[in-house]
Amino acid sequence: MKAASEEMIALSGATATIAAGLGILVGGILALFGQDEVIRLHGLIFLAASAAAGFYVMTHPRVGGPDEQAHYMDGPIKVATIAAVIWGIVGFLVGDLIAWQLAFPDLNFDLPWTNFGRMRPVHTSAVIFAFGGNALIATSLYVVQRTSRARIFGYWLPWFVVWGYQLFIVLAASGYVLGVTEGREYAEPEWYVDIWLTLVWVAYLAIFLGTLWKRRESHIYVANWFYLAFIVTIAMLHIVNNLSIPVSFLGSKSYSLFSGVQDAMTQWWYGHNAVGFFLTAGFLGIMYYFIPKRVERPVYSYRLSIVHFWSLIFLYIWAGPHHLHYTALPDWAQTLGMTFSIILWMPSWGGMINGLMTLSGAWDRLRTDPVVRLLVVSVAFYGMSTFEGPLMSIKSVNSLSHYTDWTIGHVHSGALGWVGMVSFGAIYCLVPWLWKRRGLYSLRLVEWHFWTATIGIVLYITSMWVSGITQGLMWRAYDSLGFLKYSFVETVAAMHWPYIIRATGGLLFVIGSILMAINVWRTIRGEESSDIAEQPASAAAPELRHAIAATPAE
Amino acid sequence: MKHDIFEKRPMVLLIGILMVVSIGGLVEIAPLFFLSSTIEKVQGMRPYSPLELAGRDIYIREGCYNCHSQMIRSLRDEVERYGHYSLAAESMYDHPFQWGSKRTGPDLARVGGKYSDAWHVDHMRRPRDVVPESVMPGYPFLEKRKLDYSDMDKRLQALRIAGVPYTDEMIASAKADVVAQVSPDTDESKALLERYPKAQVRKFDGAGGDQPSELDAMIAYLQMLGTLVDFTKFDAAGPNLR
Repeated sequence: MKAASEEMIALSGATATIAAGLGILVGGILALFGQDEVIRLHGLIFLAASAAAGFYVMTHPRVGGPDEQAHYMDGPIKVATIAAVIWGIVGFLVGDLIAWQLAFPDLNFDLPWTNFGRMRPVHTSAVIFAFGGNALIATSLYVVQRTSRARIFGYWLPWFVVWGYQLFIVLAASGYVLGVTEGREYAEPEWYVDIWLTLVWVAYLAIFLGTLWKRRESHIYVANWFYLAFIVTIAMLHIVNNLSIPVSFLGSKSYSLFSGVQDAMTQWWYGHNAVGFFLTAGFLGIMYYFIPKRVERPVYSYRLSIVHFWSLIFLYIWAGPHHLHYTALPDWAQTLGMTFSIILWMPSWGGMINGLMTLSGAWDRLRTDPVVRLLVVSVAFYGMSTFEGPLMSIKSVNSLSHYTDWTIGHVHSGALGWVGMVSFGAIYCLVPWLWKRRGLYSLRLVEWHFWTATIGIVLYITSMWVSGITQGLMWRAYDSLGFLKYSFVETVAAMHWPYIIRATGGLLFVIGSILMAINVWRTIRGEESSDIAEQPASAAAPELRHAIAATPAE
Repeated sequence: MKHDIFEKRPMVLLIGILMVVSIGGLVEIAPLFFLSSTIEKVQGMRPYSPLELAGRDIYIREGCYNCHSQMIRSLRDEVERYGHYSLAAESMYDHPFQWGSKRTGPDLARVGGKYSDAWHVDHMRRPRDVVPESVMPGYPFLEKRKLDYSDMDKRLQALRIAGVPYTDEMIASAKADVVAQVSPDTDESKALLERYPKAQVRKFDGAGGDQPSELDAMIAYLQMLGTLVDFTKFDAAGPNLR
C-alpha cells in the first residue's frame, strides 16, 4: 500500500495540534467564565482532556512510512473494547442499584446525587451509549477494515473518535448526577455535550466512509451496510431531536426548540430509533460478521440480507408514535405508528432467520462453544422481543401495557438478551483476535457467564411481565358498584416482590459481566488457558490459526 | 445484479440510506407543525409564571419524568382516576414536553389543587410519612436550598425564541415576579396576577420570609398543573374537534 506523503503527515499532525489548542481554549473559557458550577467543571474536564491529547500528539509524532499503511489499525479498537467491558459493568451496576431502590426506597439516601430520578439516566445512557456504543465502535472499525482489506481512514481521527466518545460519556453522566439534563429520555445530555457528540459522530462517519472508499474488495460487505445505516441515521436523529435554545452560551441550561405534541413526536421518533438504529441496526452488523466468522459458515441468504436491510431501515423510522397511543398526539399519527410497528415484525424475523440459519451444518457448535451460544441465544432473544414489540404496539394491548413495567421488561429482553448477549459474544471473539492470542483465557468461564446472564434475564423478564400486567389490570379494575377498585398506592405495594426478583435477576447479570471482565483481562495479559484444546480454531487470532494446525495438541 | 450499485459505491449507499430513513419522519412529524387541528383551541392557557417555570426546571433536574407521567389517556379508568384526558393545548408551552413513559408513581397532569401545600411539604421531606407504601425518594434538600433565580429573565427570553409568547414586560419583571408570587397581598403580586391569570400567590413551603426556596418553586409548579384550561367552556365535539 502507498505510504502517506510527508505533507500528509505534517498536515495531520498540525490539524490534531490545532484541534487540541481549540479544545484548550474552549475548555478554558467555560472553566473561567461559566455561569454555573457544572459548566465550569465540564470546562475544566474538557481543558484537561484537550491538553492531554495535545501533549500526546506532540510527543508522539506520526512516523508514516510503508509499514504504517501495511497494517490494520487496532489501537483505537482495543481501547473501545476495554471501554465497553468497563462501562458495561458500571451501567449494569447502576441499573441494579436503581432496581433495588424501587424495592427499598431508603436506598435513595434522600440525597440529590443518588436519587432514582438522576440515577436512571446514568443507567440508560451508560448501557446504551457507553457499553453499546463502545461495542459498536469497536466492532464496526474491526469489521470495516477486515471486510474492506484496508486500514482505517485517517491517523489521529480514529483516536479522536474513540477518546472523544469517552469524553462525551463522562460529560453526560457527570452532568446527570449534578442535575444537568434536558429532561427527554435517552437524549438527556445538555446542548454543549450534544454539540461535542455531533463532532465526534461526524468524525466517526468520516473514518468509516473513508475506509469503505479505500477498500480493496469490490463489494461492501453486508455488515457494513448496517453499520453505515446506524451511523448516518443516528446523526440525523441526534441533530434534529436535540435542537434547543441555550439560556446562555456560558451556561448549562437549555430549552427544547419544540414543545408539547411536536416535541413528544420528535422525541419518540428519536427514542424508538435509538432502539431501531443504535440497538438494532448496529448490532445486526455484529450478527452479520461475528456469527459467520465464529461458526465458519457463510451468511444463510444473501437475498434475504438485502430485503432485511432495506425493509428494516425503511419501516423502523415510522414506529415512534406507538409510544404515544391514546395521548394528545393526533389519531392519524398513532395509527400510522401502530401499522408500521406491526409490519416491522416481518423484516425483524427475516433478519433473525438469516442469523440463525447461518448455523446450518454447524448446529453442534451450540453445544461445544459457549461463545456461539451467546451469539445465537442473543438472536433468539432478538426474535422474541421483536415479536413482543409489535404486539405491544397494538393500541388495545398498549392501553394495558403502557406506563407499566411490561414496557421495562420488554426493553430488557431486547437490551439484556439481544444487545447484551451479542456484544458479549463479539467481545469474546474480538479479544483474542485483537491481542493475538490463541484463544480465551477460559471457555468454561464463558459458560458460567452465559448461564448467570441467561438466568438473570429470565428472572428479570418474567417478574416484569407479572408486575406490569398486574399493575395494568389493577389500574383498570372496577368493583361491583362501578367504582375504581384500587387506589394507586395499592398497585405500588403489589410491585414489591416482583421488584425484588427483578433486582436479583439484574444482580446475576452484573455477576456475569464481572466474570467476562476477568476473562478478558486474563486473556489480554496472555495467561495460560486451561481449556485451549476445547476451543475452536476460530477462537484464535487469524494470524495464529495456521500455527495451531501445525502444532500437535497439548 | 442491480443491487450492485449500492454495494460498490459508498456514497450511493449513503444517499440511499438517507432517503429511505427520511420518509417516515417527514410524514409523521412535519404535518404536526402545519395542521391547525393538531392543537385544540382552548381558553385559559398561558405561559408559566417565573416561579412555576423555576419549579418545572427543578422537576426536570431531579428527573421526576422517570416515574411520573403528565398525560392522561382517553381511557375510562384514567379519566376517572385523574380527571379529563389531557389536551395537546395543555402542553403547548412545554419545552420540553414531560408526558413521561412510566407510572411508577401516579400521573401528575392534574395534580394541581389535589393536595394541600402542607401535604406536599411533608411528602417532599419524607414521602413515607404521608404515604406509607410509597417508593418515592425523599427530597428534604429542596426546602433547605434557596432558589436561584438570577437568570430568570434569560430563561424566559430563551423560551420566547422557542415560541412561548412571553412579552417584554414579562421578561423585564421576571426576577421580581419570582418574589412577588410568594408575597401575597402586595402590589407586585397583583401585577403578577394580571400578567399570569390564575397564578397562585402564597408562601408554598410554609417557612417564613420572602425569599423563595426550591421547594416553593416545586410546589408552585405542582399546584398549577392541569388548572389552566377552563373545561366548562371546552367542547370536545364542537369547534375543537379534530
